[in-house]
Amino acid sequence: MQRRAILGYGAAGAGAVALMLFVGWWQVDGPGGPEPIGQRPVALTAMDFRLTDHEGNVVGPETLIGRPTMAFFGFTYCPDVCPTTLSDISGWLDDLGDEADEMNVVFITVDPERDTVETMAEYVGYFHPAIRGWTGPEEQIARVADGFRATYVRVPTESGDYTMNHTASVFLFAASGRFVTMIDYHEPREFAVPKIRRALEEETEGAT
Amino acid sequence: MKKHILTGTLTALLTLGGLSVPALAGPEDVVVENAWSRASIGMNRPGAAYMTISNTGDEPVTLIGLATPLAMMPEIHETKTNAEGVSSMSPAGEIVIAPGESIALEPGGLHAMLMRLQEPMTEGDTFPLTLLFDDGGEVTVEVPILSIAARGPED
Ligand SMILES: [Cu+2]
Repeated sequence: MQRRAILGYGAAGAGAVALMLFVGWWQVDGPGGPEPIGQRPVALTAMDFRLTDHEGNVVGPETLIGRPTMAFFGFTYCPDVCPTTLSDISGWLDDLGDEADEMNVVFITVDPERDTVETMAEYVGYFHPAIRGWTGPEEQIARVADGFRATYVRVPTESGDYTMNHTASVFLFAASGRFVTMIDYHEPREFAVPKIRRALEEETEGAT
Repeated sequence: MKKHILTGTLTALLTLGGLSVPALAGPEDVVVENAWSRASIGMNRPGAAYMTISNTGDEPVTLIGLATPLAMMPEIHETKTNAEGVSSMSPAGEIVIAPGESIALEPGGLHAMLMRLQEPMTEGDTFPLTLLFDDGGEVTVEVPILSIAARGPED
């Protein structure tokens, strides 16, 4: 029967499938893949900015070198996307368990006018304890976003306040500072956690 | 969460009689499930609430707005994320729900945006949210307030 014939090709088939999968990975996700729409972030080692974390420490790109990093942009007055991303990340970190301890996880505000150090401290306190909140002067935030090739823009609302449109992807960097990949908003958890593991594994490879 | 089902005998009788009754094709047939929201920090930030709204009737229903004592400016919003990964949010306008269809208000998509909070949203509390329809009908649901880090109605 048909099934038997297919089984007969098993060994050769497995090899071919493995090759196809590899080629597919190389083209879609690997180094041979097209640039994501927009541009890739530069390496952390090529960035230059000064911010303050939610405990008042001066931080910059060098703070992140030596450990893999997960970073994303948002603002604490954001009712939908940002708490969703923060709780997604908290869930991923829970899934990773002890492995998460080896990572930097940084939430960078695009709304420094409202997001002071104290505000960031209160806000990140509601989520996974690994998450750090970074803020700073507007021109420094602009430099960070530029390095990440992220964008943000202030938009007035009907209520007389303003909201921020901003890049909602989560960025992953290796311990060396090299950009690895990003997790798009809405990407299912079963894809997100393996991507984070990949950034974590790059660290091990880089270290040996 | 409160289900609002009203299988009006009158509606059934009139429908059987072959009469079109737009005025009765609205909220009686609307079922709201899995409503939830996140706690707020203070009153300066807008809140968001989520739920599934189903039209169990035979006529389309049109959701035109919201009302709640919790917020001065409640409004249905939609978050969109473009090809560059940039998220933005804007009023969704009127939403038509076809017969037998549901719409999901969920994180990253449609949400009930609660602007100008009148009091903080406290985890464990609930608040009434009224859905307003174009035929003048209303459906009020009691929305539970979950943790600020909640991901869904079951959290
Ligand atoms: Cu909104």
